[in-house]
Amino acid sequence: MAPDVHARNGDEAGWVGKSVPRVEDAALLAGRGRFIDDLGTPPGTLHAAILRSPHAHATIERIATEAARAMPGVAAVLTGAELRDLASSLVVGVKAPVECWPMAIDRVRYVGEPVAVAVAADRYLAEDALDAIEVRYAPLPAVVAPRDALGDGAPLLHEGFPGNLASDRSFSYGDPDGAFASAPHRIGVAVEYPRSACTPIETYGVVAEYDPALDAYDVLANFQGPFSIHAVIARALRVPGNRLRLRTPPESGGSFGVKQGVFPYIVVIAVAARLAGRPVKWIEDRMEHLAGAVSATNRSTRLQAAVAEDGRILALDWDQIEDCGAHLRAPEPATLYRMHGNMTGAYAIRNVRIRNRVVVTNKLPTGLNRGFGGPQVYFPLERLISRIAATLGLDPLEVVRRNLVPADAFPYRTATGALLDSGDYAAALEAALRDGAHASLLARRAQARAEGRLYGIGYAAVVEPSVSNMGYITTVLTAAERRRAGPKNGAQATATITLDPGGAVSVHVASVPQGQGHRTVLAQVVADVFGLRPAEIRVITEMDTAKDAWSIASGNYSSRFAPAVAGAAQIAATRLRERLARIAAVQLNARPDELVFAAGKVFSPGNPGNAVAFSRLAATGHWAPATLPEDVEQPLRETAFWTPPQLGAPNDADEVNSSLCHGFIFDFCGVEVDRDTGAVRLDRYVTMHDCGRILHPGMVAGQVTGGFAHALGAALLEEQSYAPDGSLLTGTLADYLIPTAMEVPELVILHYETPSPFTPLGAKGVGEGNTMSTPVCIANAVADALGVAEIQLPLLPSRLSEALHGAESSPPRREARPPQAAPGERALFGSGRAEVDAAPEQLWAMLLDPDLLARVVPGAHNVQRMGETRFQAEVTLGIGPVRGRYRAEIALSDLDAPRSVTLSGSVDGALGFGRGRGRLRLEPVGPTRTVLTYDYEAAVGGKVASIGGRLLDGAARVIIGQFFASLAAQASGRRPSLWRRLLRLLRGRA
Amino acid sequence: MSRHGPAVLDAGQRHPVRFTLNGRTVSGEAEPRMLLHDFLRHVLGATGTHVGCEHGICGACTVQIDGAPARACLTLAVQADGAEIRTVEGLAPAADRLSVLQEAFRTHHGLQCGFCTPGILMTLDALLRERPDCGEAEVREALSGHLCRCTGYAPIVKAALAAAEALRETDHA
Repeated sequence: MAPDVHARNGDEAGWVGKSVPRVEDAALLAGRGRFIDDLGTPPGTLHAAILRSPHAHATIERIATEAARAMPGVAAVLTGAELRDLASSLVVGVKAPVECWPMAIDRVRYVGEPVAVAVAADRYLAEDALDAIEVRYAPLPAVVAPRDALGDGAPLLHEGFPGNLASDRSFSYGDPDGAFASAPHRIGVAVEYPRSACTPIETYGVVAEYDPALDAYDVLANFQGPFSIHAVIARALRVPGNRLRLRTPPESGGSFGVKQGVFPYIVVIAVAARLAGRPVKWIEDRMEHLAGAVSATNRSTRLQAAVAEDGRILALDWDQIEDCGAHLRAPEPATLYRMHGNMTGAYAIRNVRIRNRVVVTNKLPTGLNRGFGGPQVYFPLERLISRIAATLGLDPLEVVRRNLVPADAFPYRTATGALLDSGDYAAALEAALRDGAHASLLARRAQARAEGRLYGIGYAAVVEPSVSNMGYITTVLTAAERRRAGPKNGAQATATITLDPGGAVSVHVASVPQGQGHRTVLAQVVADVFGLRPAEIRVITEMDTAKDAWSIASGNYSSRFAPAVAGAAQIAATRLRERLARIAAVQLNARPDELVFAAGKVFSPGNPGNAVAFSRLAATGHWAPATLPEDVEQPLRETAFWTPPQLGAPNDADEVNSSLCHGFIFDFCGVEVDRDTGAVRLDRYVTMHDCGRILHPGMVAGQVTGGFAHALGAALLEEQSYAPDGSLLTGTLADYLIPTAMEVPELVILHYETPSPFTPLGAKGVGEGNTMSTPVCIANAVADALGVAEIQLPLLPSRLSEALHGAESSPPRREARPPQAAPGERALFGSGRAEVDAAPEQLWAMLLDPDLLARVVPGAHNVQRMGETRFQAEVTLGIGPVRGRYRAEIALSDLDAPRSVTLSGSVDGALGFGRGRGRLRLEPVGPTRTVLTYDYEAAVGGKVASIGGRLLDGAARVIIGQFFASLAAQASGRRPSLWRRLLRLLRGRA
Repeated sequence: MSRHGPAVLDAGQRHPVRFTLNGRTVSGEAEPRMLLHDFLRHVLGATGTHVGCEHGICGACTVQIDGAPARACLTLAVQADGAEIRTVEGLAPAADRLSVLQEAFRTHHGLQCGFCTPGILMTLDALLRERPDCGEAEVREALSGHLCRCTGYAPIVKAALAAAEALRETDHA
């Protein structure tokens, strides 16, 4: 029940609903924020650096750490072997014999997977130590695309996931078979939704300490929740929950879901601290973040609709293949099930068939990211609406209107089990068209098209779920498996209000804000209950699991703050106020229910002169407990736990109310596509929100604008991109493009308020909606502009140019020779020719001479002969901005002395790897002159590929060319001029 | 390079570094490889300057070196020797008062998590000083060297333009 606040606080308007200045801002603006890396650490704290896999898939044959351990300042080196001794695997969310370690054990499965941790006196020394760790990998074939992962003969990631399939569930609601059999139209879309990540500007941070006397861990991390993960961490560290004290810093530099993903690193750094016997601190760097933090899922979806002549959708048939990357990490596969109640979006569709498959691939594991599962569902659903309109010759708006959940149906139970709390979708849509000047946008399109420009309009209608049901993820289990595991449901929110001996009010919540301004809103809410000013309320939001009230749903995710946490604070404050009213009633000789709390006083409206100061009243419980009326509980501190009764466990029919609140969003936009370049210009964007009651308009605008910017990035720029061999191609912020102030246009924000009947304050979540609606709204507009049926994200100019002008033809290859590389490898080819002043026999002898190889292998030193025709060397190579040391192995085979030989080689180092094979032919053209011809193929990858991707192919060619050029030069007994070397390289290029 | 002329620095040694930080002389020791932001944050304890990418893209670590915005992650501590450095801690006129620009950020909700904000303030502070009449296009251009993931930039642009206007009015008054 929502307590009736405003009748009693004496201030009809109240603080809630006003854009008061944020209490967070003054410190943040002055450089006095307290982020994790700003806080002091215990004396003797050591610093960790993490060595990560350059391979997408490889067996670890050997990790040599002796040299690193011997370095000055190095206290410990942690590898998978030690981790296995001191910790347990993370739990996996599906029933399968699979382990999920936070660090590679014997095998790496994605580029960026932690392989070793060096702990040293400072971070610089720890990173030095990484260079001295030698890891020998045996590369395995990798698989990157989800449909490929299910293919016959695909590389297998985990024995416990046969065919790389982690889960395969089918659902049926209503009568989809009947609907599809009788419907006049069957219309479908195929979507490959790409990977992106929200990349907060502050990276992960962990400070961990182990107390051997208590067998207890104390961890400070900028973790955001959900605190169900606390149980996962404690179990991995092999301690009961009360021996894992997890604290969060006062400030966190953004999260958007991503800082849930710090938890595997909490386990790693906690074990490193135990191993080192000292506190250990780790601050992630940006390249680690892009390769090794967490990503949203990519998903391959086939969506079919049974459609009536008038555009009404009679049934949906979803086939979703969710790609969770290399490990199924908690809470995955939650991304796939978060929307389970909402698979019909904003529409009244009664018949639904769903097949959900979860696959693993050689990519970064996935986890929470703003929108969590919403973008992956709404992209196909709203593209479908657009396709239905195009196929049936209808206005897309008409198709939307004919399918919306009707206003008189709320609360509305969807086919898959969600209970849509409130709304009037049709009215909100019409208000958006009117107030967002839709008619003028149609005119702009007509005008632009008349001028021959490519202009399109897109729409999207979505339901934005918030306050997740902690039980929705169990929909991945069968009803029988759920019965065995016990029911899981609810969304416990907690808040504690404390009155101190001076009558001052403090609020503690387990909401873990990451920049949203929770402290400000809580001060508003509690100030309203007590009739105080927000400035008088002190709000503490840093978390301490050892001391605070919390539960598994605590934390900052699924947009639960305004609907759940702020409501819990109001409930706790109201309970205290009721007690205070009864104490005051005795003092003022009045009835408790007639007392008003306003302007720092408590009084009866009939006799305002007879008032007691709030601070004096609030202090009573401390100073004079004996004077409290007998039946009044202490008025010192109150903790409220609140969970909505609407969030039950999934039922035996697999129906689940996956979220408590459902906001409604209707977006439309106009875009222009440049006919020459394929660049998209957003001309106008209108977003209509029904997020229930608005607690702070400024913050709601901030959430909408920020979510929109994330969505714009996902639509136009961002893709966490992997090469077919699993190399990460977006390892820096120069490659992973995030929108800047130049790309994000002004946005028209409109509101239509229908308060939620299920939350204490009537509020619904608002922070994620545009990440669900905006990408497909823009895509619909671009499809309209280009007149195409098929469109995939991100809407890169290169991709749109292809739609406009056809695929760019590949550069002509000098030699029409089919590639010899293994499938899935990124291959380079080349050939060359050189004339050398030496006889073939001379050249032949040189190839078998280590000293000479040392001179001709670019950057080589320390060449050793390992066998008759095998050599090993250390080489230093610079590619683009990255210079690194590699171990090279070279072998000669197919020897046909002195005419031809095959050279096979590999280089391997912390920064990347390469493999190549070249055939060298020697032909005499005179007694002391030989023509040397060669051709080669090579594959390169690893970290260097993600940093210098654009430079890599050219650089590899230069290096290979250098090898043959210097071989020729050595044989001729002279070093060629730079000019000649360049000429040879150019001649030698494929 | 140091103001005292090119010095030969030993990679294995710590070298004295002295500069003016927000008007006060500060000093410490740094290996030649130490980045300026690490020196500011971990040697001097001035943690207001934040680190977001360490490769010069995100702009969070922006400080002013001799009046001009610069990336502290692309600057070595030893390079700052003898320079005049200004950071976010130097913007407010008093501990309990914000500058015009800072106040505009608060009024217009120009920040959420506040992590990128110090760098943005240092860039805008220099812009408003150099180009008091700047308009939206110039503000956006200056901001394009910064990444903010929370705000969507619109409120930052609004705050910058409001601050520019307020500063112009103060100058005319």
